[in-house]
Amino acid sequence: MITMKLESKAPMGPVGQKWSKYKQDMKLVNPANKRKFDVIVVGSGLAGASASASLAELGYNVKCFCFQDSPRRAHSIAAQGGINAAKNYRNDGDSVYRLFYDTIKGGDFRAREANVHRLAEVSVNIIDQCVAQGVPFAREYGGLLDNRSFGGAQVSRTFYARGQTGQQLLLGAYQALSRQIGLGTVKMYPRTEMLDVVLVNGEAKGIIVRDLITGEISSHSGDAVVLATGGYGNVFYLSTNAIGCNVTATFRAYKKGALFANPCYTQIHPTCIPVTGDHQSKLTLMSESLRNDGRVWVPKKSGDTRLPQDIPEDERDYYLERKYPSYGNLAPRDIASRAAKEACDNGLGVGPGGRGVYLDFAASIKRLGEDKIRERYGNLFDMYERITGENAYKRPMRIYPAVHYTMGGLWVDYNLMSNIPGLFVLGEANFSDHGANRLGASALMQGLADGYFVLPYTLSNHFASTKQNKPSTDAPEFKEAEEGVKERINKLLSIKGKRTVNDFHRELGKLVWDKCGMARNEAGLKEALERIPQLREEFWEDVNVLGDAEELNPALERAGRVADFMEFAELLCLDALHRKESCGGHFREEYQEEDGEAKRDDENFSYVAAWEYKGVDDTPELHKESLVYEEVKMTQRSYK
Amino acid sequence: MSEKTMNLTLRVWRQKNAKSDGKFVEYNAEGISEDMSFLEMLDVVNEGLTAKGEDPIAFDHDCREGICGMCSLTIDGKAHGPLQATTTCQLHMRSFNDGDFITIEPWRASSFPVIKDLVVDRSAFDRIIQVGGFVSVSTGGAPDGNALPVPKADSDVAMDGAQCIGCGACVAACKNASAMLFVAAKVGHLGLLPQGQAERDQRVLKMVAQMDEEGFGNCTNTTSCSAVCPKEIGQDFIARMNRDYAKAVFRSK
Repeated sequence: MITMKLESKAPMGPVGQKWSKYKQDMKLVNPANKRKFDVIVVGSGLAGASASASLAELGYNVKCFCFQDSPRRAHSIAAQGGINAAKNYRNDGDSVYRLFYDTIKGGDFRAREANVHRLAEVSVNIIDQCVAQGVPFAREYGGLLDNRSFGGAQVSRTFYARGQTGQQLLLGAYQALSRQIGLGTVKMYPRTEMLDVVLVNGEAKGIIVRDLITGEISSHSGDAVVLATGGYGNVFYLSTNAIGCNVTATFRAYKKGALFANPCYTQIHPTCIPVTGDHQSKLTLMSESLRNDGRVWVPKKSGDTRLPQDIPEDERDYYLERKYPSYGNLAPRDIASRAAKEACDNGLGVGPGGRGVYLDFAASIKRLGEDKIRERYGNLFDMYERITGENAYKRPMRIYPAVHYTMGGLWVDYNLMSNIPGLFVLGEANFSDHGANRLGASALMQGLADGYFVLPYTLSNHFASTKQNKPSTDAPEFKEAEEGVKERINKLLSIKGKRTVNDFHRELGKLVWDKCGMARNEAGLKEALERIPQLREEFWEDVNVLGDAEELNPALERAGRVADFMEFAELLCLDALHRKESCGGHFREEYQEEDGEAKRDDENFSYVAAWEYKGVDDTPELHKESLVYEEVKMTQRSYK
Repeated sequence: MSEKTMNLTLRVWRQKNAKSDGKFVEYNAEGISEDMSFLEMLDVVNEGLTAKGEDPIAFDHDCREGICGMCSLTIDGKAHGPLQATTTCQLHMRSFNDGDFITIEPWRASSFPVIKDLVVDRSAFDRIIQVGGFVSVSTGGAPDGNALPVPKADSDVAMDGAQCIGCGACVAACKNASAMLFVAAKVGHLGLLPQGQAERDQRVLKMVAQMDEEGFGNCTNTTSCSAVCPKEIGQDFIARMNRDYAKAVFRSK
């Protein structure tokens, strides 16, 4: 049975000792018995690949699924800037506690303390592990590892590999996974999409997948199901996510009873390349690390059409440095994003449509030389030039915020298990570590922490403390789920309406961005909640998906994902409407300080909002996990 | 930025599946903005085809920011199109002119069979990594990251190779459909680092054997692979792999 009392199940005791205590007390599975357990892992990004490899190394049988043509392509690969770890190699005062505190504070006091402390603890092991795998982190001339600074921290704790840190970490995990595939301990299923999770006696025991080349629908059963399927940023249509990123796996789990927590915590990244037109299919991030050496400004005068280099210093407003002198250009993402929006709303924006601000490297180039800047960010400057046709060594970049990451996700306890026994959720797909706002260089840290160093322990504990009985895929639950999946596919193909999937997705995305984007208010959210069900109805009546079910059919894949976004968007807006406070990535215009800063309401909203599905047209039920801060005192976040 | 639009004629390879024969089909792409990426231009064409009830063109793509390695396309005979160091998703239409006639094909290599239209099967690359493209280190027990200093110069060159995105352009550009650059990039990356030394000989022997097993051609030093590589991985990696291979063969006798 699904229990609805939300307990974090974190061990008792001081926060700094909880994880040690957990490891001391946990139950183990002996090596000879491990091979009797089958684990299904969905997703092959940092979390999925590291979990699959680590579990297989321990002796479990792993099946790993991804929709891309190779596990090497998951969107973790696009992370640019770096990965945090409390190594204190700089001797600048860093520690596990400080990383823990920065992450809690950065998350605007809406994360679970015990999880975050564990994350900070294992951060140091991640760097060691990746170095041992041959990840070519940046080094100093003495041969030791280099660091850079990132937003929301006053120490340099970010490890990096040029502007391609995510790529190098993912390839490290991919290689560890490939080694296990070669050894036969992991069976890999690329170009395979999970379309449902199967529960037997209330426990997660398998999944239904579609082979994207042949269209074949099949069932896979296991002793546990691990979802490492990323975030839901593509509900906004335009985001920095890859085109294929989707909410389907977690949303199907939600429809089977898993609770969806804090969907309204969405992160808008301050430094992305501005939109150029309706044809735009995605937005491209310019790494936050650029804010180490770039200065953000807008002209002081509205409607100033001069070229940036012609605007004298005293007619520029370096607004982040002015408003947040101690953090300056490295203010956290939510704050930097809103400040950019505010500048543009005031008519000070630059570039086509006035939705852009400058990120200027002139001062750093003068101080360090162009070569040094090229060494640090060369690939980003090249990427900027390819997309915009402009040379950022000569003129400032134009940037604007865009949807980047989603802190919300399926609710999990300290074991990373959802409220459905046997269903584990890792990485961006869960809600657990970043509260209402994620700090830069912490997503890579969390994905790898979950996969390499948390799940291998908590899954063993789960297997050792429960009786396992893996059902056959002939069980009626599997047959029923397969039928449901086939029915839905046939429905999508039979509508033959007038509008394309893309067209619907664009409309949905624009609506959600306008009403539930960087700033939200009650009236707008209510409008969205009225419009989304209508749009969903139109979708199911008028979408046009060509081709067959039994072939490679990208439009059909897309249609299924957009259909889920059509339902998920409503949950997102509902959560945003219910949370009558501003915190982190969730900014409600009604709840702000006089100076425009977010106004939190700890008395009424210091809880995790976990939603239970009740039916497509019914309001989901809210469950609360109250956030008890034993170690840290909740304060108003100040970066001034 | 002034928004310029253009009209183009596309000649696109259409093939229903791996078993059927393919052919070129002509399409008009109209009102294309110079700010669009090449793939966004294809999106526009596909929207038009869907509206007319014609099967849209299948092509691989995902991140659309030049790093996942999923997009492919041979454009006017050149893998990833006319720009240096640029994947198809990062190629923008300002590189083309109004009235252009553009030929779009899948990667052509027998080790990359066509799945549909412009989509090919590159799983051979995964199998090459699976036989040895890694350091055999299991999770846990790694020494401190700073316990093993790595000279910056070595680390930088290793990173040059590690940047490979596994897109397969090197194979598509090679008249022999050789995968030497792909394999050499990984052999070089790991072989340059102290962590990779223990398995250095075995790694190169196994990866080259698998490369041959997959049916990739031999290298005849035409260097076309490096010319199209989006990450500009150089010929020195191939030279290094040849040296490593020779040494490994000698030592394993």
